[in-house]
Amino acid sequence: MAARSLLNRKTLATVLRRDSAALGATAAAHSRGLHTFTLPDLSYDYGALEPAISGEIMELHHKKHHQTYVTNYNKALEQLHDALPKGDASTIVKLQSAIKFNGGGHINHSIFWNNLAPVREGGGEPPKGSLGWAIDEHFGSFEKLVQKVNAEGAALQGSGWVWLGLDKELKRLVVETTANQDPLVSKGPGLVPLLGIDVWEHAYYLQYKNVRPDYLKNIWKVINWKYASEVYDKESS
Amino acid sequence: MQHRHACFSLQCPYWVSKPFLVILFYLLQVWNHDFFWESMKPRGGGGGKPSEDLLKLIDRDFGSFEGFVNEFKTAAQTQFGSGWVWFAYKDSRLDVGNAVNPLRSDEDKKLVVVKSPNAVNPLIWGYYYPLLTIDIWEHAYYIDFQNRRPDYISMFMDKLVSWEVVNSRFENAKATVEQMECEDERKRRQEEERFTIDEAPANAVFPDTDIVSE
Repeated sequence: MAARSLLNRKTLATVLRRDSAALGATAAAHSRGLHTFTLPDLSYDYGALEPAISGEIMELHHKKHHQTYVTNYNKALEQLHDALPKGDASTIVKLQSAIKFNGGGHINHSIFWNNLAPVREGGGEPPKGSLGWAIDEHFGSFEKLVQKVNAEGAALQGSGWVWLGLDKELKRLVVETTANQDPLVSKGPGLVPLLGIDVWEHAYYLQYKNVRPDYLKNIWKVINWKYASEVYDKESS
Repeated sequence: MQHRHACFSLQCPYWVSKPFLVILFYLLQVWNHDFFWESMKPRGGGGGKPSEDLLKLIDRDFGSFEGFVNEFKTAAQTQFGSGWVWFAYKDSRLDVGNAVNPLRSDEDKKLVVVKSPNAVNPLIWGYYYPLLTIDIWEHAYYIDFQNRRPDYISMFMDKLVSWEVVNSRFENAKATVEQMECEDERKRRQEEERFTIDEAPANAVFPDTDIVSE
């Protein structure tokens, strides 16, 4: 999982710069033994994925959308942390949708940033090795996988994600979609996400307007198959 | 009604085909968007006020006009994912799907704010008469407001809502509901007057009993 969970010095400085109240809350949460999630850094610049995905979109997507999921996830977890020892059942139940939505958003986007890489760092290079063979075996060819993912992604109504996953139980690759911020595991406990493509409108609208199929066609140029292969090798051993 | 609602949570019976759902999605989105365009007045000419009658009911059901605006804005800000938020006139207060209120009164007719996901429209839930809607799919605001949905919602409420249209929809809704009530009352009286057991046609069988008329 890509989420960097420990509050390191760099993140601490970022928090200090951003909001001292948040720092106070974070410190307080830590002292009560509550884990606080933080926005993971990208390993590339916002503009490094152009022209496939614009720098404007990457910056908004990371700094605003993902950050909001992290902030609201932490808030919901803190409220849960308070409600649990009190046995406040109705609050505990009421918080579930906020936890699922914001926690899912944090999980999914953390994977997504790892799924992308600039072309000069290998973005777009098709997978080799065991994942490459598995794709050929399960889908016939890499092109057929791309076609399937694009078709499912374009057909998704509303907001959601399209995934290439590994079904650990059945030992096979699958293409799945999830609605809103539901993580892939919500479609089956044995499913491991290898590659996720965000098809919420905020992921492409500024650049591609309503033409989601064009976004899907172009994003393959910056897909980081090295990461997907690493996860596949680790989870299928 | 419940079946139709189940469709949108994708728990349909096997005979409701995927192509049907796709067509339904687009049909609903056409309706929703038409309704949305008609809810607005251009060039900051929106605004105006709810009619006296509507305002009275808003005060009763939301405490005040500001209370209504707050509830509408909060609902629009907290809808997860794509969807719509509706200001609607609800015929019956019972919140259980398909339940018929046996003792309808004026108190039961209520103004509500409801959220719906994706293409769902409160008409499919029965008893709802939409008066106003705001589109909160990201495509509705992303180019002008990016992720700042609250700013878009405020701008819509302050500058774009055409209360003329909302007022006339409210009058239509009230008239429709009154008409339906008269119809229901007429049918009910007709049923009662139709026949008693003594006047039953020959060989009539009464399902709940073993009585067969002589």
